[in-house]
Amino acid sequence: MPQGAALVTGASSGIGAAIAAALAQGGWNVGINHLNDEAGAHATLEAVKAAGTEGIVLQGNVLDPALDLFTPLEERFGAVGCVVNNAGITADGLAIQMSAEDWDRVIATNLTAAFRLTQQAVRRMARQRHGRVVNIASIVGQRANAGQANYAAAKAGLIGMTKTVAVEVARRGVTVNAVAPGFIDTAMAREHMERALEHVPARRAGKPEEVAAAVRFLASDDAAYITGTTLFVDGGMSA
Amino acid sequence: MTTQEIDENMAASPEAVEKCVREALPQFGVEPEDITRDATFEDLDVDSLDLAELSQVIEEEFGVALKGEDVAKIKTVGEAVDLVVSRS
Repeated sequence: MPQGAALVTGASSGIGAAIAAALAQGGWNVGINHLNDEAGAHATLEAVKAAGTEGIVLQGNVLDPALDLFTPLEERFGAVGCVVNNAGITADGLAIQMSAEDWDRVIATNLTAAFRLTQQAVRRMARQRHGRVVNIASIVGQRANAGQANYAAAKAGLIGMTKTVAVEVARRGVTVNAVAPGFIDTAMAREHMERALEHVPARRAGKPEEVAAAVRFLASDDAAYITGTTLFVDGGMSA
Repeated sequence: MTTQEIDENMAASPEAVEKCVREALPQFGVEPEDITRDATFEDLDVDSLDLAELSQVIEEEFGVALKGEDVAKIKTVGEAVDLVVSRS
C-alpha cells in the first residue's frame, strides 16, 4: 500500500484530474493542486473520495517559489510519498514570431516550477528512504511539433531533469520518472487534434485515464526498480 | 533570518555541532566509533548525497545553510564542524 500522501499539480481538469483519481484508486490520499479552478478541483476531490481515499484541495500558483504544497498535506496525511508534476501551459507560435514572454512563461511553468517541486520532494523523500516523483512530459519533448518550440524545450528539459535527479537519489529508494503523453483528448490538446491523429499509429486520441494509469503504476511499489525512464503513452507515435 | 528563527535554532557551539554530526552520520551507515574530527568523509564512505542530507539536518538544527560548493570543499568531520560554527 502507498506510504503517505500523493500530490498532483494542475489537478482540477484533464490529465491531472484523471491522475488524482487513479492514485486514489491505487490507495493514495491526494493533494489536489489547482491555480484558479476551485470547482474543477472540488470535482476531482469528489472523484478521489469516490475511489475510497481522502483528499485536500490546495490552491496555489506553482510559479510562486514560496508556495508550500507539502506542509498542509503532511499535516493532514503524514509524509508525502508521491509527487506528480502535471501543471503545465502552452503558448504556441512559430519560433520566428514567438515573444520572449511566451518563451519564458512556458519554461517557467513547465520546467522550472517542476524542478522546484521535484527538489522539495526529493529532499524529503531521500530522508524518508522512499518516494515517487512522476513528471508529466510530452511526446513533443522527443518529436517535433511546429509551433511549440517553447513547450518542446520545456518538456525535453523535463525528461533530462528526470533522468539526472533519478540517478542522484536512486540509492535512497526514491524513483523519478516521466510519463510522456501523445495526443490526449483534453481541452489543451483539442485544437491540434485533427491534424495530429494522422501521425498516431493507433488512429485515435488517448484518454486522460490511460495516462493516469501509467502514473499510478510508476507510483506503485511494483515500479520500485524503474527510475529515470520516460514512459510514452502515445498510441505508438514515438515508436 | 529573523531573531525569532535564530532563537528557535540551537546555538552552534563546536560541541553542539559535533554532537549533531555524530548523531546524523550513523544514518548513512557510518560506525559511531569511526567518527573522529580527523576522519575524512571519503574514509567513512559518506558520499555527496549523504553530505547534502547532512546539510539539511544542520540547517534545521542551527539555521546555517550550506551550499553545494561549500560542502564540496569539506574533507573531514572537523572541517564540517568548523565551517558550520564559523557561519553561525
